[in-house]
Amino acid sequence: MATHGETLVTARPRVVRSRGLRDRPVLLVGLGVVALVVALVLGVGVGSVAIEPGDTLKILANRFLGLDMPRTWTDATETIVVDLRLPRVLTAMLVGCALAVAGATFQGLLRNPLADPYVLGTASGAALGAAIAVLIPVRLVFLEFGLIQGFAFIGALGAITAVYKLSRIGGLSPLTSLLLTGYAVGSLLAAGLAMAMYLSGAALRQIFNYLLGSFDAATWPRFLATLPIILIASIAIMLRARSLNGLLLGEHTAAHLGIDVRRERRILLALASLVTAAAVAISGLIGFVGLVVPHVVRLLVGPSARLVLPLSAIGGAALLAYADIIARVAGGIPVGVVTAIIGAPFFLLILRRARTGYEV
Amino acid sequence: MSEAIVELDGVTVAYRERRVLVDVSLAIGAGERVALIGPNGAGKSTLLAVVSGLLRPIEGQVYLTGEPVDALDRLTVARRMAVVPGTANLPFATRVEEVVALGRLPHEDPFRGARPADRAAIAAAIERVGVGHLVGRDARELSLGERQLVLIAMAVAQATPVLILDEPTVHLDLRHQVGAMELLVDLNERDGTTVIAVLHDLALAAHFFGRLILLDHGRVVADGSAANVLTPARIRDVFGVDPSFVHLPMAVG
Repeated sequence: MATHGETLVTARPRVVRSRGLRDRPVLLVGLGVVALVVALVLGVGVGSVAIEPGDTLKILANRFLGLDMPRTWTDATETIVVDLRLPRVLTAMLVGCALAVAGATFQGLLRNPLADPYVLGTASGAALGAAIAVLIPVRLVFLEFGLIQGFAFIGALGAITAVYKLSRIGGLSPLTSLLLTGYAVGSLLAAGLAMAMYLSGAALRQIFNYLLGSFDAATWPRFLATLPIILIASIAIMLRARSLNGLLLGEHTAAHLGIDVRRERRILLALASLVTAAAVAISGLIGFVGLVVPHVVRLLVGPSARLVLPLSAIGGAALLAYADIIARVAGGIPVGVVTAIIGAPFFLLILRRARTGYEV
Repeated sequence: MSEAIVELDGVTVAYRERRVLVDVSLAIGAGERVALIGPNGAGKSTLLAVVSGLLRPIEGQVYLTGEPVDALDRLTVARRMAVVPGTANLPFATRVEEVVALGRLPHEDPFRGARPADRAAIAAAIERVGVGHLVGRDARELSLGERQLVLIAMAVAQATPVLILDEPTVHLDLRHQVGAMELLVDLNERDGTTVIAVLHDLALAAHFFGRLILLDHGRVVADGSAANVLTPARIRDVFGVDPSFVHLPMAVG
């Protein structure tokens, strides 16, 4: 029966779309990893002091792989690579991974293709937190994290907690209620942010810089403090891929397919919010990655979260690493502007090519 | 009552003040094929919801293979009972075979995903329900009837001892209605699957199901063979129509 079955599944009488990559996710993972390595070498090389790709690779091999390379570079070059540019590139990758995984999770959980990591108020919560931090005339630093990062993290988690708690009151279906509550709380926090910016005077630029999002402030301690949060929470989400798959046909069907919907929703919401808050705290608000990357991945491999989550992680990391390179080459413009400028046309192109199989 | 695979004992369900099921007690044995019939609002779908554990009765208890259904975790229930959803609303483009594959979620390895046995079950379900020609297409582009068949295939892939369907034939043309009924009979007789289906079409119910349970105003009004349940007097009383509009197979025979 198995052989007969294989022919049924693989033989497609009428192939509507050409999707050679769909059945070869391993190839996609390979391509993604190559893209990440290239981004790493390019990202470290590009800047006011250009560094040869050969030197970059040798410095990295020397420092991190313990290989004894003939020294063809100066100490200053090594400092630039290891202490300045490497944490920046890695932070961009980490944040891209976080936003794409959180976006894919929110889209699956809310069964809404327009959801992104910020949809339930995390963005406005983080922004308000950062703005308040700027207004407080105290300098506190812990593990190189200032008040801005701390308050943004707390603001993001506080906002989503409020949204979740408030959404449980009333008779609406849980999903509609979550989305509407998220919108309402987000609007309220945005008003708070506008007030804070109005009151901030000279500190306005500092708030504005944070809102635009950038990796200028990336350092090793900040990267290493955020890495475990994002990595562990992302892996925990990926281990729950089955729950997200069950939700494809709605919450009732998910329950019939053996998913404890209420518990899974709570856990996935908490994990995705944690990932988002950590990313927002170190990089500010960067749009588009969390919305677009999961959709592109779904067009390539289909809707199974088992594939969508890991491939989104790789894709998001690569996208943001390249976007940051472009932002630096273009004279230090905000990386969020770059993601939108390259992301939007790319997304439109993909939508056009996949028109037959895709509707939002 | 050890032979009953699904049993309701004095079940009452209320939405706020309104009682939609009132003191319903019934037992369905393993391997039975049962049609739930009754007018709109009689409580048929509510009955299915309590049986599958999605809805808790305010009084009474539902048992699945002898155990209270609300004491079982969802995964255990999903391995014993498949429910064909009435509608499917997919947020993302999803191929037909990917929808059918969802039926394997309760069985697949949580970390490694689908194994060859799962893939074989998916292919077998696709063949058995006759949706092979739809493979490769986005399920959202299908007609309502085609979608209904795909959802039945998903439940067949779930391969559970109990199969529950809520009006599985509403969107199907005549040929596919009969096809779906024959499939249910085949699943019941060849695989021993207990089939519980809500049906609006009394003729289909009478022809393909040995046992009919007639619900009205949240109560079981009649329970038995078609000849005993669908008497002209009951059709007039419960459905409020002239019995001559309803052509039943046994009226001929």
